[in-house]
Amino acid sequence: MRAPDRTVVALVMAFVVLVAAGFFLPSWAVSLLVVSLARGIVALGLMVQFRSGLVSFGQALFFAVGGYAVGLIALKLRVTDVILLPLVGVAAATLLGVALGFLMRRYREIFFAMLSLGFSMLFYGLLVKTETLGSTDGFNVPTPTVFGLRLSVLATRTLLYDLTVASAVGVALGVHWYLGTILGRLDTALRDNEVRVEYLGYAPARVIHVQYVLGAALAGGAGALTALAVGHIDPSMAYWTTSGELVFVTILSGTGSVIAPFLGSLVFGLIQTFALQYAPSIWQMILGVALLAIILYFPGGLWSALERSRVRA
Amino acid sequence: MTGPPVLEVRRLTKLFDQVVAARDIDVSIATEEIVSIIGANGAGKTTFVNLVTGYAHPSAGSIRFRGQELVGLRPRDITRLGVCRSFQVPQVFSTMSVLDNLLIAYGLADSGRRAGLHPLASRDRVAACEGLLRVYRIEAYRDRPAAVVPQGVRKLLDIAMATAREATLLFLDEPTSGIATEEKFAVMDIVMAALAQRKATVVFIEHDIDIVERYGTRVVAFHEGRILADGPAAGVLGDSRVREHVTGRRRA
Ligand SMILES: Nc1ncnc2c1ncn2[C@@H]1O[C@H](COP(=O)(O)OP(=O)(O)OP(=O)(O)O)[C@@H](O)[C@H]1O
Ligand SMILES: [Mg+2]
Repeated sequence: MRAPDRTVVALVMAFVVLVAAGFFLPSWAVSLLVVSLARGIVALGLMVQFRSGLVSFGQALFFAVGGYAVGLIALKLRVTDVILLPLVGVAAATLLGVALGFLMRRYREIFFAMLSLGFSMLFYGLLVKTETLGSTDGFNVPTPTVFGLRLSVLATRTLLYDLTVASAVGVALGVHWYLGTILGRLDTALRDNEVRVEYLGYAPARVIHVQYVLGAALAGGAGALTALAVGHIDPSMAYWTTSGELVFVTILSGTGSVIAPFLGSLVFGLIQTFALQYAPSIWQMILGVALLAIILYFPGGLWSALERSRVRA
Repeated sequence: MTGPPVLEVRRLTKLFDQVVAARDIDVSIATEEIVSIIGANGAGKTTFVNLVTGYAHPSAGSIRFRGQELVGLRPRDITRLGVCRSFQVPQVFSTMSVLDNLLIAYGLADSGRRAGLHPLASRDRVAACEGLLRVYRIEAYRDRPAAVVPQGVRKLLDIAMATAREATLLFLDEPTSGIATEEKFAVMDIVMAALAQRKATVVFIEHDIDIVERYGTRVVAFHEGRILADGPAAGVLGDSRVREHVTGRRRA
């Protein structure tokens, strides 16, 4: 018999603990976890690209597309089902990812980063200019329903929390499996040597396209969950600072494990919450120092720091 | 020559701005031949392999592999047809372990274009690749990143990766370059023994004339983008123009 996969065990345990904790945690902690886990889902997609040496500096595009798809469907078509809506977000972002991927797959390095940034700013500009979507103010997203039923505020919050936890663990398991497949393992291979991949009979651009669509789908789903949990969407979801935060979290986390982006995102969320509370004027400085320290001392991110301490122990 | 040609190159020409890297090259290679390409630095040997495998696009001419035109195809298409190559400078995945490098090569050879969604490190594939590491005598480096292993090991790994597919036609670009003189024969023995079971047609580029004499039955001499001489080793190596332009100026 094969030894159980440590990552799978850890993820299943995290699922049980998080769902149980949902019944006791104060509401600010539940909100923090929902937002952090959703951001972790986006960072997970970025991590896969990062392993190929690619940085999408416009991942907020898909995050916002997921959010706005949900808002629009809920508002205009009155579809409010809590399961259906996130899937709509995923579908919208995936379609866009497939289309844009045909262009993105031809670029690398800074060109890839800037092109993705360009697309996200284009979408941001579009949102700001569209008055029917509330321009810069955005609009409120209707409360989701379950089988057509509207639950209490508290029950809705718990439900969205559980849904986010389940989604995060689910996609982490999925990506963990993907990273062990032939296609998944080509990520590092691509960063190391595209010529060799080509000469082994495989199209490097295809790998990049798959990764790009995967990242888009994850960001779309996360945007949808965030829109439902926050109950409001506005163009800042697509703004470059949002993309910057996502890249920040990806670097902070490291690429060693699918668990890393969630840990990194949670650390980011905690720093943000407490720094904003106790040192509102310098919280960005605190973030900057944290990132600097990570890059200097743990170039492999928080995950490599964890691994190093485990080796020593 | 024995049997029908595997490769038929006609009037192949390649110009890089002012440099003529290939000029009207005519050559045809038969099944299971072992051909050695010689020539001074810059003679156009690597360019020839780059042209045949689709990495560079010819200015003119045709390249037929078992009757099929290769000009216009990409390296990955040509690889899938069974024309494979190793590189003068090993092209490996430098941050990945030696075993992982081989696993990727074999994984892609097994799965083709569509089915990349099988686990890479399946038990069978790991066993097969470990067996190969033993054939190439590099099993001691199994878990070392390819970037840090000795140059000779990296060359062998590069060749092992190139032969992951059942290649019909295999190009080896200077398989012994960067390897200490006293180890060259041992390395060539390993490679040739590994290839002998494959029934592949092998074309290897080599500077070391002792290696050429020992392993190549036929020698093609390149000079300034042209073929200077082509035939049995003894004849070509004895040719006065080959002596003047190729073997006389042996590389350090
Ligand atoms: N991509 C390129 N752009 C411009 N010139 C090139 C290019 N590739 C090769 N050349 C030129 O074409 C000529 C043939 O080069 P090639 O690499 O084929 O030589 P070679 O016979 O393999 O030499 P060596 O023994 O040094 O490997 C050289 O003059 C080289 O400078
Ligand atoms: Mg060369």
